[in-house]
Amino acid sequence: MSERQRVDHQLTATTTSSGGGDGQLRRALSALRHDPLALTGSAVLALLVVVGLAGSWLAPSGVNDVDVDRMLQPPSWSHPFGTDELGRDVLSRVLVAARVSLQVGLVSVGIALVVGVTLGLFAGYYRGWLDNVLMRCMDVLFAFPVLLLAVAIVAVLGPGLTTAMIAIGVVYTPIFARVTRAGVLSVREQVFVRAAVSIGASDLRIMRRHVLPNIAAPLIVQTSLSLAFAILSEAALSFLGLGVQPPAPAWGRMLYDGRGFVTEAWWLGVFPGAAIFLTVLAFNLVGDALRDVLDPRQLTVSEARRNS
Amino acid sequence: MSDRAVLAVEDLTVTIGTRRGPARAVAGVDWSVRAGETLALVGESGSGKSMSVLAATGLAPRSARVTGRVHLLGTELTGLPGEDRRRMRGRHVGFVFQDPMTSLNPVLTVGRQVTEAGEEHLGLTRRAARARAVELLDLVGIPSPAERVDAYPHQFSGGMRQRVVIAMALACEPDLLIADEPTTALDVTTQAQIVELVADLQRRLGTAVVWITHDLGVVAGIADTVAVMYAGRILEQGPVDAVFTNPSHPYTTALLAARPDPDGGGDELVTIQGSPPSPLDLPAGCAFWPRCPVRGAARCEHELPPLVPVAADHHVRTFYPHHTDGGVPT
Amino acid sequence: MARFVLRRLLQSCVVLLGVTLVVFLLLQLVPGDPVRVALGTRFDPQTYEALRARAGLDQPLVAQYFDYLGRALTGDLGVSFRSGRPVTSIVLERLPATLSLAVTAVVFATLIAFPLGILSAIRSGSFVDHAARVFSQFGVSVPDFWMGIMGILLFAGVLGWLPPSGYVALTEDPAGWASHVALPAATVGLVTASILTRFIRSSMLEVLSEDYVRTAEAKGLRTRVVVLRHVLRNALIPVVTVVAVQLASLLGGVIVIEVLFAWPGIGRLTYDSVQARDYPVLQGAILLVAALFLLVNLLVDILYARLDPRITVR
Repeated sequence: MSERQRVDHQLTATTTSSGGGDGQLRRALSALRHDPLALTGSAVLALLVVVGLAGSWLAPSGVNDVDVDRMLQPPSWSHPFGTDELGRDVLSRVLVAARVSLQVGLVSVGIALVVGVTLGLFAGYYRGWLDNVLMRCMDVLFAFPVLLLAVAIVAVLGPGLTTAMIAIGVVYTPIFARVTRAGVLSVREQVFVRAAVSIGASDLRIMRRHVLPNIAAPLIVQTSLSLAFAILSEAALSFLGLGVQPPAPAWGRMLYDGRGFVTEAWWLGVFPGAAIFLTVLAFNLVGDALRDVLDPRQLTVSEARRNS
Repeated sequence: MSDRAVLAVEDLTVTIGTRRGPARAVAGVDWSVRAGETLALVGESGSGKSMSVLAATGLAPRSARVTGRVHLLGTELTGLPGEDRRRMRGRHVGFVFQDPMTSLNPVLTVGRQVTEAGEEHLGLTRRAARARAVELLDLVGIPSPAERVDAYPHQFSGGMRQRVVIAMALACEPDLLIADEPTTALDVTTQAQIVELVADLQRRLGTAVVWITHDLGVVAGIADTVAVMYAGRILEQGPVDAVFTNPSHPYTTALLAARPDPDGGGDELVTIQGSPPSPLDLPAGCAFWPRCPVRGAARCEHELPPLVPVAADHHVRTFYPHHTDGGVPT
Repeated sequence: MARFVLRRLLQSCVVLLGVTLVVFLLLQLVPGDPVRVALGTRFDPQTYEALRARAGLDQPLVAQYFDYLGRALTGDLGVSFRSGRPVTSIVLERLPATLSLAVTAVVFATLIAFPLGILSAIRSGSFVDHAARVFSQFGVSVPDFWMGIMGILLFAGVLGWLPPSGYVALTEDPAGWASHVALPAATVGLVTASILTRFIRSSMLEVLSEDYVRTAEAKGLRTRVVVLRHVLRNALIPVVTVVAVQLASLLGGVIVIEVLFAWPGIGRLTYDSVQARDYPVLQGAILLVAALFLLVNLLVDILYARLDPRITVR
């Protein structure tokens, strides 16, 4: 194992108990109730979900209501976030774009979670050549900076919502595979797993009933933090014009389009960026609180790799 | 208190701030140790035996509030700035901690770690310090010390590491050696060797020793005086012979009974029912009352028994000294 | 030690081989004919055939890969679909800009993160600690390009102290370079600093709770000596890795920041080649970045083994 991997493992060192996933989740939720930062984060997330679901209904005007007479208007009562270079209402666009961010975040982390956990589970459980092959593949994916790999995938598949989700999902898969594998390695040596093996339970059953619940803690933490990073990645992709395509609004794209006017029209830079920041911050606050409760030693690899 | 005391603590209280409120780890403890003598502090984990020593020497965690008086070689330490207490440590007091696998810095050679106290307190040059390190490693029985001085801790076995730690503690020929469960993490044969080494060094150097342990078996062989601690208080203290032949507190009796019989007589291991109270939530009366075999009297539940003499220098904290065998007092 | 280096070298080579395969397959995954797509309206049959042949696209797949690999080993990464120039020189031209930005950003980041992380761990619970935690939470959550835009707004717009974007080579005009690099480097550096601060703080806290630190305190060493000799040395071993991984990612080109500030580095090149569907250039840039990334990691591992005497024994 390479030294960096060693550190990665150290950073994602998992402490597992036989407490099971349900108990851990309950413990986590009750701890979150007493953490003001986590509560704030959760409240922001709840608000975001509402906006994501009802954005176009909440928006005061249509996202593509072009009105050249009213272009680049500063914030006012009729346009609280001002208007853009085409006279569109920035508030409405920010509200509607929430859905895309959340959707890309959830779907891509979902992809990474399912694929990564499956690979990590098999690699850690069966060890041997399968482990070697799978983990070397993960190493290869890890050799690319996150955003570069995502950009390359989108470049090949063509820009758009679906490809952005796939690209981000692929990029975050190795982290889940590693966290899972590290957890499996420590759990599979424990008495209850050996006991299950000795009474002849099938491998799949053991993985599902005994191994998975016991590595739930680091996975929950990794998921919530990955959501934050995935949303940042989505914003970066859409900033580069590789995310959801116009005329649909996206926060990153709004910043890109507004960057040339930003010295005359500060609101074009401030509001979409603040929306990204608050969303990511909310996921991070909840994720950090979960980590403090569930898995205090884990400092995720993704944090170390955030820059790209 | 004798003026010959190397280290003496009086009415020492340690309260540690935790997330769930203050925890009283040590509650009004007095003990002292004289030159050449060994004091054994005995108790279960969490009884405050280590904390009382750490607090006395300024090593308590930062969240701890320490009150009481501490005298080291006649100097009052309480109220002294941390900087002055630091100068005492290493110079006048040496420490040996429980786990030799973790108490050595993995990235420094053992020689470097043995010498640094001498460089700090005695102003030894690097070269003089190194010669001294070889001498010390030899003193604690490490074979070919001149070569081993440049080795890293991971290249030593557990027992050898503990010898290195002892060499470190003795670097400035301290007046007092504090041994905090130094044999707990070692296997039985090595344990005996380390106990023998410390006893031997004590004879040769005249060092006072505070030996912190949960094992009364070790105490009998090495200690001059014993203090049995429970939930932050001393329940019984006195000369080792007196305490062993005439244990006067039910807890001491129980601890002595719980010792594995060295002659292999009894097959059953006697244990004490229950577990110690949480330091966050100590009872008003005797902390041992819930587990006490003599627990007839309601008095013990609400009133703290005083520490009373049962013989010269032999004190015990109970309303009913000598009711140690389960008879309900009237 | 030699065996350790050799083994890591071998591992890196295996991973690099995997990387070349992925980079090679990228082109194959392009829906349709990449050359036709790239040429777009500039299509003419002669150029088309020439480019296809040069990219080896008229060969069977396996032969194409080994051909690609063989040429890559000799430094030939093909020619640009757009300009027809060799990819290797196009990519290498961009290296100085990226290098100067990445190094400046990392220096800036370490200057902030080390004092902040160390102080925050030593004075845990103090004002400095709280400030450090707010700072790192902010830096980890803020989109770098947004911070860049805010920087432009403030320093180029409101205050007018710095140019909003552009690049001047360090070798031509050091002062001009400095004024142009300030905003992008500060933007990238702040994000990097927040990540580093977090790691340094937690690594320090972990070491501070180690038994050997108590042993050092028990020897009566000065706090400064305890921190410098016993805590820092151990705490920084993992941090060195993180710093290097950060630097390696930045060498990969901070695509978004380079685009925002019109900084002609590898990241900007990647972006331009994606826009232009200039796949050979994209492949070349990615391959170079991944190779650099692996190289830095390899060097770090060797450094790591030198810092931690336990490694060689394992």
